[in-house]
Amino acid sequence: MSAAVEATHLTVSYDGRAALVDVTFALAPGHVLGIIGPNGSGKSTLLKATAGLLQPHSGTLRVFGKPPTALPPGAIAYVPQIEAVDWSFPATVRDVVAMGRFPKLGRFRPFSDRDRQLIDSALDAVEIRPLEHRAIAELSGGQQQRTFLARALAQEPDLYLLDEPTTGVDAATEAALLGVVREIAAAGKPVMMSTHALERAAEWFDRLLVLDTHQVAEGSTAEVLAKHVHLGTFHVHGHHKP
Amino acid sequence: MTIVDALLAPFAYGFMVRAFVAAIVVGILCSVVGCYVVVRRLSFIGDGIAHASFAGIVVAYLRHLDYYVGAAIMAVATALGIGFVTRHGKVSMDTAIGVLFTGAFALGVFLMSQVKNYAVDLQDYLFGNILGVSQFDLMLTLALSAIVAIALVFLWRDLLYTSFDPVVAQTSGIPTARVDYALLVLLALTIIVSLESVGIILVAALLVTPAAAAFQLTRRLPTMMLLSASIGAFCAVAGLYLSYYVNAASGATIVLLATLCFFVALAIGRRAQGPI
Repeated sequence: MSAAVEATHLTVSYDGRAALVDVTFALAPGHVLGIIGPNGSGKSTLLKATAGLLQPHSGTLRVFGKPPTALPPGAIAYVPQIEAVDWSFPATVRDVVAMGRFPKLGRFRPFSDRDRQLIDSALDAVEIRPLEHRAIAELSGGQQQRTFLARALAQEPDLYLLDEPTTGVDAATEAALLGVVREIAAAGKPVMMSTHALERAAEWFDRLLVLDTHQVAEGSTAEVLAKHVHLGTFHVHGHHKP
Repeated sequence: MTIVDALLAPFAYGFMVRAFVAAIVVGILCSVVGCYVVVRRLSFIGDGIAHASFAGIVVAYLRHLDYYVGAAIMAVATALGIGFVTRHGKVSMDTAIGVLFTGAFALGVFLMSQVKNYAVDLQDYLFGNILGVSQFDLMLTLALSAIVAIALVFLWRDLLYTSFDPVVAQTSGIPTARVDYALLVLLALTIIVSLESVGIILVAALLVTPAAAAFQLTRRLPTMMLLSASIGAFCAVAGLYLSYYVNAASGATIVLLATLCFFVALAIGRRAQGPI
């Protein structure tokens, strides 16, 4: 099977410095890739480049065989960290999830019954349907994260990019997110997800990519964990965000 | 005099009819566009663009051109300049606004100080003179307002997504840079339309206050826009009546009413959000 995402000697600059240097990996459809490393190690940079938000400085990055920006709108769902937006924005949970349909609908096409069903099932999948009419200003961190993931699900993308979705969320949300991510993979869609928590890496990820600006390790989760037992130190040394 | 007489009395004059139409249109337009100003936290942009347009008005005055044209060119240029400096310079938008607006306003003051006896109507643009709205001004106001309104409808999804989550909007195929520039130009046009009614000094209040009041009362953008437009229209009409009967500056009266509405909304909003 051809790779869904393929990076070859990928180097990406961000704010005038090399944030990611010489990274090579391939991700098959239906697999979840965990991107692990301390803060500033290039995790977010890799996700942004894969989303088409940053251009490679050198090397190549292909998503379904094309540069990310050459894909049709909505093909990639990028889920940023929840701090990336202002949650006092006047919108309900459902309003935000509905934005996931915008790439397919364009400027004017009204929501069809199918669009509404997709929004409903996205809300159900992350278990926030009861909150659909709640103002997003009133959500907890976990509920914000669920809303973001629901928006991505409603988008029906071919690739999911999740930037530290487990940061700042409660245990119940983390469990719910894990369930959804594994379902996405079971449905044959590829997922790339950054994290600094390794405790349950074997449950979350099929493959791991360890970054420290350069590529430290890449392979199946079992392989990487076995070879790099010291990886747990990322967490112990408190590299995660406060 | 009955209440009906009191309400109808101002309409005996053609200039009052034009003033009411202009005030309502400007009140609604500023209040709707102002919702984006408030949710994007750009409260100083109205001040910035309006003050910058002053230089355009002075140049138009010196060259005997139409003030509207001078103000519009300067306002749009400043709006685009703010967008460009924010995007390409290493400064935040409020810094870009601060630099460009004071620079352009200083240019206006500099040019004006070269004029020996500048006419009073230049001052009208600082404080507004809604009673001086001519038939031509009114037509221009209506035409520009229609353009802004149509653009807001056309760009509804782009503006909504870009305002809430610009990064994901970009990955969703929305041309966020162009949407941001478009909003800045729409803001500039809105301000130009409003200059004659409320003046350079106070137009920013109409862009922020009704929308900020509406924000206290709702948590959805379309509802916020409807509420804001209602508040803006009410303040425009009530303010104009009040200024007619107490013989006060109309722009200031409208803005003062809007400020009052904001504090009422704040009180209602706080109460509604209190413990159940």
